Amino acid sequence: MALLKRRPAQVPGLLASFLHVDAAADAIRAIRALGIRDLTVYTPAPNHEIEEALGQRVSPVRLFTLIGGLSGCAAGFGMTIWMSYDWPVLVGGKPIASIPPYVVIAFELTILLGALSTVAAVAVFSVLMGKRGAAYDPRFSDDQIGIFVPAPSDQAGRVEQLLRSAGAVEVRHEA
Amino acid sequence: MAVVTHPVAHDGHTMTQSHAEITRDVVATLGPPTRGYLVLLFGAVSLLLVGILTFLILVKDGLGHAGYNPPVFWSVYITTFVFWIGIGHAGTLISAILFLFRSPWRTAVYRSTEAMTVFAVMTAGLFPIIHIGRQWIFYWLLPYPNQRFLWPNFKSPLLWDVFAISTYLTVSTTFLVFGLLPDVAAVRDKVSGWRKTVYSLTSVGWRGTNNQWRHYSRAYLYLAALATPLVLSVHSVVSWDFAVSLVPGWHGTIFAPYFVAGAIYSGIGMVLTLIIPLRRAFKIEHLITDYHFDNLAKLTLLTGSILLYAYAMEYFVAWYSGNIFEQTTFYRRAFGPMWWAGWTMIICNAFVSQLLWFRKIRVNITALFVISIFINIGMWFERFVIIVSSLSNDYIPWAWDQMNPTWADWGILAGSFGWFGMWFLLFAKNFPIVAIQEIKEMIPMPRKRGGH
Repeated sequence: MALLKRRPAQVPGLLASFLHVDAAADAIRAIRALGIRDLTVYTPAPNHEIEEALGQRVSPVRLFTLIGGLSGCAAGFGMTIWMSYDWPVLVGGKPIASIPPYVVIAFELTILLGALSTVAAVAVFSVLMGKRGAAYDPRFSDDQIGIFVPAPSDQAGRVEQLLRSAGAVEVRHEA
Repeated sequence: MAVVTHPVAHDGHTMTQSHAEITRDVVATLGPPTRGYLVLLFGAVSLLLVGILTFLILVKDGLGHAGYNPPVFWSVYITTFVFWIGIGHAGTLISAILFLFRSPWRTAVYRSTEAMTVFAVMTAGLFPIIHIGRQWIFYWLLPYPNQRFLWPNFKSPLLWDVFAISTYLTVSTTFLVFGLLPDVAAVRDKVSGWRKTVYSLTSVGWRGTNNQWRHYSRAYLYLAALATPLVLSVHSVVSWDFAVSLVPGWHGTIFAPYFVAGAIYSGIGMVLTLIIPLRRAFKIEHLITDYHFDNLAKLTLLTGSILLYAYAMEYFVAWYSGNIFEQTTFYRRAFGPMWWAGWTMIICNAFVSQLLWFRKIRVNITALFVISIFINIGMWFERFVIIVSSLSNDYIPWAWDQMNPTWADWGILAGSFGWFGMWFLLFAKNFPIVAIQEIKEMIPMPRKRGGH
């Protein structure tokens, strides 16, 4: 179970910090052109320029929102209709299970399970299945962009030169 | 998370702070508490203790202490329940609906309003439980397997309310905590000592990696899209608690939109009451500016005008229906024994909000604060009038009677303000009250190749 594995030791590589967003995007494109795909980019806020440079696919959480919402809807109607027939109370010759009032319950459960499964999906994708062992610096949540490149030693020199020429303010070797 | 790559330029309110300054200014609000803060917190906890004491007496002796008097068995507790639920709606409007509309001005104020939502719903949720009398068996409302094989009556609006309120509390709490995650991580990277440990645990390993943002931004969009219909549904369901029954003054199809507009109106009133002192105490006047108050005031004007229309329409329909019970109820709202409550509601809500047509008033912070107090009072009275005046004279005149609130009603009402205030104060001092990450998203990062 990859999910349950303990946090692995630090991955060796290069950690560069950038003050300028276009410089960081240049560096990302240059490194990706080298064929290195598993870089980790830290930004203080989501940034479209960085996302485009990384060429990321759309997150799959939307599928979980859909599944959660549909199961909530089904649970809402299923619960109310089943419970009505489990102890039938006949009032004024009206149907035992009447759909219009149950729409409210089904609607609320659609929202509830849709929202909870969306958050659960983020927890699974970002926290449990997220990449481990990349180096980090507290400045990346403040005002700098960080790029961590897990480079094997034979490519390290080339990557470092690329990062510096793109405009990194600092490049650190992380062992 | 607005997809705005330029700073807010309306009315010359261009954001000039750098990312580092934003982090610094917001983290500075979290320092050790001042004397004024402790005094406020002490006041809130004292009010809460009054409420707890009153509640314990109610548990011991029963609801007889409250001013219930036939035919009025819904009064101050239900009024206050609807009042607090309504307060919450402005927060979700600002955090979710304006997010979907891509209104960039929401970023500065949305965290405080969203916190207000969660605590207001937490407060409101207590009231049905206080009101049911035998509070210790409140769980009978939930559908759970029991020895008698009974299930709750899903055709009852009161049960829809159970589902609506518990969903609303869960989803708005989720939304708040989810939005806080990157900000707590930013605070974690700035502080030291035991506070760093606390924020490290609460930020659950958030580092702002490209992969985390990819899932996070998408999920935030879907949460906003789910919260938007939810907030409209919650107050509609609350209004159906009344509208689905056959009491004159309640049985109207206008109730759902009327209640939703009123809820947002009262909520923005409470937002103004809270953030006007807050931004001064926390020295964040440069983040929450006149521009934001102008926009909040415009929303107040819009919803206040909808209320003015709804009030006029209620009276018109009562007259036009030709129904004597409906006509009597509305006549007595304005000229009956509770005329003062009826006019408080009309003046505070429908008329005071019309002052906001003037820009001078919209950007005058003192005037806004005073107006917001009127809104809070007016909206509490709106619910009081709708509930109590309708019940006290429904059909047969010999069964009419008045209701007079007692110390037990006021004690619980005071306790609810204490409970809400305590949570809001604790939140404001321990978590970023301004969304660091979303403000940064609106301000372009510096570029090497100049220009933008």
